Amino acid sequence: MNEFMFFINNVLVAGSVSGSIYAIGAVGVTLVFSIMRFAHFAHADMMTFGAFMVLALTTAFPAAGAGFGMPTAVVMLPVAMALTALLAVGIDKAFYKPLRAHGVKPIVLVIGSLGVTLMLQGVIRLFAGTGGQNLYVDDRKEIFRMVLPLEGVRVPVVITEPQLYLFVLTLVSVVALHLFLNRSRLGKAMRAMSDNPELAQASGINTNTIVAVTWVIVGSLAAIAGTLLSLDVTFKPDLSFFLLLPIFAAAIVGGVGHPYGAIAGGFVVGFAETLAVFNWNVLLRPYRDSFPDWLELPSNLAFVGTEYKIVVPFFILVAILIWRPTGIFKGKVI
Amino acid sequence: MNTPTASPNEIAAPRRFPLREVVLFAILLVAVLGVYALMGAAYSTRMLVEAACYAILALGLTIQWGYAGQFNAGVMGFVALGGFCAMFFSIPVNDAFWNTELPGELGRVLLYVVGAVLAVVGASKLDRLGVPKKLRSVLTVILAVVLYMVVISALRGVTGEIESRAGFIGGLGLPAWVGWIVGGALAGGVGYFIGHVCLGLRSDYLAIATLGIAEIIKAFLKNSDWLTRGTATVSPLPWPTPGPAELGFTLSRALYLSVTALIIAVIFFLLHRAYHAPWGRMIRAIRDNEISSAAMGKDINRRRLEIFVLGCILMGIGGGVMTTFNSLFDPQGYLPLNHTFLVLVMVILGGPGNNLGTIFGAVAVYIIWIMSEPLALFLMQLVVNLGEGVFGWDFPANMESRALQARVLVIGLLITLVLRFAPKGLLPEKIKHHG
Repeated sequence: MNEFMFFINNVLVAGSVSGSIYAIGAVGVTLVFSIMRFAHFAHADMMTFGAFMVLALTTAFPAAGAGFGMPTAVVMLPVAMALTALLAVGIDKAFYKPLRAHGVKPIVLVIGSLGVTLMLQGVIRLFAGTGGQNLYVDDRKEIFRMVLPLEGVRVPVVITEPQLYLFVLTLVSVVALHLFLNRSRLGKAMRAMSDNPELAQASGINTNTIVAVTWVIVGSLAAIAGTLLSLDVTFKPDLSFFLLLPIFAAAIVGGVGHPYGAIAGGFVVGFAETLAVFNWNVLLRPYRDSFPDWLELPSNLAFVGTEYKIVVPFFILVAILIWRPTGIFKGKVI
Repeated sequence: MNTPTASPNEIAAPRRFPLREVVLFAILLVAVLGVYALMGAAYSTRMLVEAACYAILALGLTIQWGYAGQFNAGVMGFVALGGFCAMFFSIPVNDAFWNTELPGELGRVLLYVVGAVLAVVGASKLDRLGVPKKLRSVLTVILAVVLYMVVISALRGVTGEIESRAGFIGGLGLPAWVGWIVGGALAGGVGYFIGHVCLGLRSDYLAIATLGIAEIIKAFLKNSDWLTRGTATVSPLPWPTPGPAELGFTLSRALYLSVTALIIAVIFFLLHRAYHAPWGRMIRAIRDNEISSAAMGKDINRRRLEIFVLGCILMGIGGGVMTTFNSLFDPQGYLPLNHTFLVLVMVILGGPGNNLGTIFGAVAVYIIWIMSEPLALFLMQLVVNLGEGVFGWDFPANMESRALQARVLVIGLLITLVLRFAPKGLLPEKIKHHG
């Protein structure tokens, strides 16, 4: 049973953590794709930017969280979301809108977003340096250890405070997004525009407003994902190229332009990563005596080492592009 | 031409004096001479050789992006592959590895790999023998997982043994140019795999996949200590020309520069011929209007794959030449900024699809890039002094490394500005019209 607890800690908890982060990130990517029809490479850096805003605010007002009974970083998150949303709208106005107005191919917008990626990276590193920093400036990271009331179980299930916030906030943002897309007028207009932009425009939907609203949502989601990731580990300015691949893989697995698919895809990629780096020998060890003699299991039965974790989303991406390029939920754009 | 209704772009342009080219290259020459005067001959020649290596990479990217409209966001990976091959083929043979039974062990594991691949491929064809398709898929997946585990465990055993007993497997002691050619071939092979998966789909997917494969190649080279010594780096790499120890820095680098110039000249000539050949016209037709060229009976995906692989081969060769020149193989030295985005800026600033413009862009951007380093440090120092002296600000200690980050900002800004204001680059592609 202790081995099973180990499995829960290393696969279930860790997989849900990275799955939630990828899911929120992939929703942002897929929204941009469905409204503006291009792969937005700067998304991972918007995440970093959101986390950086939280870091800056937390450093400036380290005691602000005490009044709410929450870590300062979580209290500062709404402000950072607003700032990142503002940044996203500004970037669109300054860099993507002129390109769209020129009627360029989508791939030129992709290159433009790579330029934006570099600019954001440059700005963040200029101010934050290149090392990692902890978002818990003044607070202490609570760690909860739960020993399940079962016979012979000694290894506890370990969940940290930021992980709890992560699960709650993921749930809240998914429900909020669902309500927005299905109940509100703007959300319905957004879906209409993603289905058919010309028809949406012809039926009186202001496409400029929709684009701005999309960027506000995308920026806020990016800030949430980036902050939660940095809370869980540390804030690192140069994370973006490692985040891009899992996020895009998640968006494509779920079917591009399909928000619910992106959430599912995020969890698929997150769990696939943790399952692939998990050492299966740990689970098989208790049954070692019942194996036949010729079968001697090596001590390391992980599919890939942790240093090759990035291979997993790539493998998923290639597999889905070969067998089902529209994704599991039949996205509309290929 | 005698019809009065012919619009201007249907009339064949008269052969004009290439004023723009001459002026731009004259400015470039002045800049190079300026660098020679300021920084000395040895430094400047090194800069020119590196710029020439970048020119090879930029030519590879310009045929992908300029000729065919495919965007490769992972130049770094192909450069690193070329660099690895240049290292592997040129450094001396490691007797501590070859004189033991380890090569045999490694060969046995590689045979296992081949056998496992054959078994899985065979299992995936079982439906031809009447096995139901679902059952076949399940069998194939189970077989693949089990065989993968067996093979990877054997490989981990052997590589661990190599690392502890021999360090790494060493090289083959062949001339460096063998490594460059094999590096090009290897990069082309990886390009074939990626292109095969992605080129039938939207062009965004190619960008995502190349970005991913570049990081994977880097991770592999960085962590495979048995093959590349990983973070311990390998140096020195022998040059194909006499090294600095025999001729002094300036002369040996000048000799190396002539080798790279020769490579560029050959590539340039071949590309020029291909561009004006029917094949080049076909590629451009596919880029400009896919549907009509498909209607003309062109095999679009195949042509795209051809040009993508060709570009990757050039990048592999360029990476090999560059790594041999640096005389140091450091997997961590391959950075997306230096080896992907810098090349991208060279191409889109110089003129995608125009080989001469691409070479101009490569040399010009590289000079700016190299010269911006002392400039950024100087400006940062100025700001720090000013801030501390006048306003009493307190600056963190690592300002130097941060100052260099400002260059990232400039590169990004340059990409977006060029795309917006000069999408065709400084030397635009010349489109011939046959009136």
